[in-house]
Amino acid sequence: MNIGIIVFPGSNCDRDVRWATEGCLGIPTKFLWHETTDLDGYDAIVIPGGFSYGDYLRCGAIARFAPVLNSLVSFVDKGGKVLGICNGFQILTELGLLEGALTRNKNLHFICDRANLSVESTKSSWMKNCKKNNSISLPIAHGEGRYQCSTEVLKKLQDDDSIALRYADNPNGSIHDIAGITNKEGNVLGMMPHPERACDEALGNIDGKSILSSLLS
Amino acid sequence: MSLFKARVFVHLRPSVLDPAGEATRAATKRLGIDGVTQLRIGKSIELEIEALNKEDARAKIELMSDQLLANPVIEDWTLEFKNEQKALKN
Repeated sequence: MNIGIIVFPGSNCDRDVRWATEGCLGIPTKFLWHETTDLDGYDAIVIPGGFSYGDYLRCGAIARFAPVLNSLVSFVDKGGKVLGICNGFQILTELGLLEGALTRNKNLHFICDRANLSVESTKSSWMKNCKKNNSISLPIAHGEGRYQCSTEVLKKLQDDDSIALRYADNPNGSIHDIAGITNKEGNVLGMMPHPERACDEALGNIDGKSILSSLLS
Repeated sequence: MSLFKARVFVHLRPSVLDPAGEATRAATKRLGIDGVTQLRIGKSIELEIEALNKEDARAKIELMSDQLLANPVIEDWTLEFKNEQKALKN
């Protein structure tokens, strides 16, 4: 069991994810520099939060061309598990592995808060330790987290049971309160909240453990 | 090869809320200007590109606009060439 964390210039949650997966859960975890192309031997890849390449132009727009992401597309095609958190979610939508886009928060603020969420779908293997309609609370920290998609895509997400997480009190104006989605197959999960910041008892919240620990069982 | 100057204007699709544009519109009232009913913010990207001819330049800029400069899920773009081409030596 091995987890790889992709590190871009500007990633800033990479070490938090490693503390959660390796420090709190005991899963061997390695950093993968964005120029790497070899993803062999990893059971799951995490794209962490931050500001990849400064997020110039649009969030995730430049990161999408990183060499490691070509390999990530084949990794996903072969059924590999990928979790994109915050900036990682933005990158996955820019890359086209997930539908829709993340846009500027409705109130224009960078929101750093704790969000109450409901688990809408447990289709993704990342969510298998959660129960449908469970309420969890996770930290959020983003300026561009307003999920947007066309009505056709929204219908598709609903039909495919691809809406993984919803906000209880929509903080950013996301369509249908969407906080996280999966791809059709369920092996790719993108979410704005930060499960890695809620895995250590010392931080007062371990709701994120249920998501990240799914790799252990 | 010739050098072409062009401008790509990237703007949010009409269906996508532009909260920054709304905030700016609200400021026009504070300035004392009434009657601004719409204000939306886009990005203007000015570039110079070497290409065989205008069609070649257009094809390259269209490709980069679709795949890099704009995200077609939320944005549209328009292209205008700024001036006549300048022939490059050798």
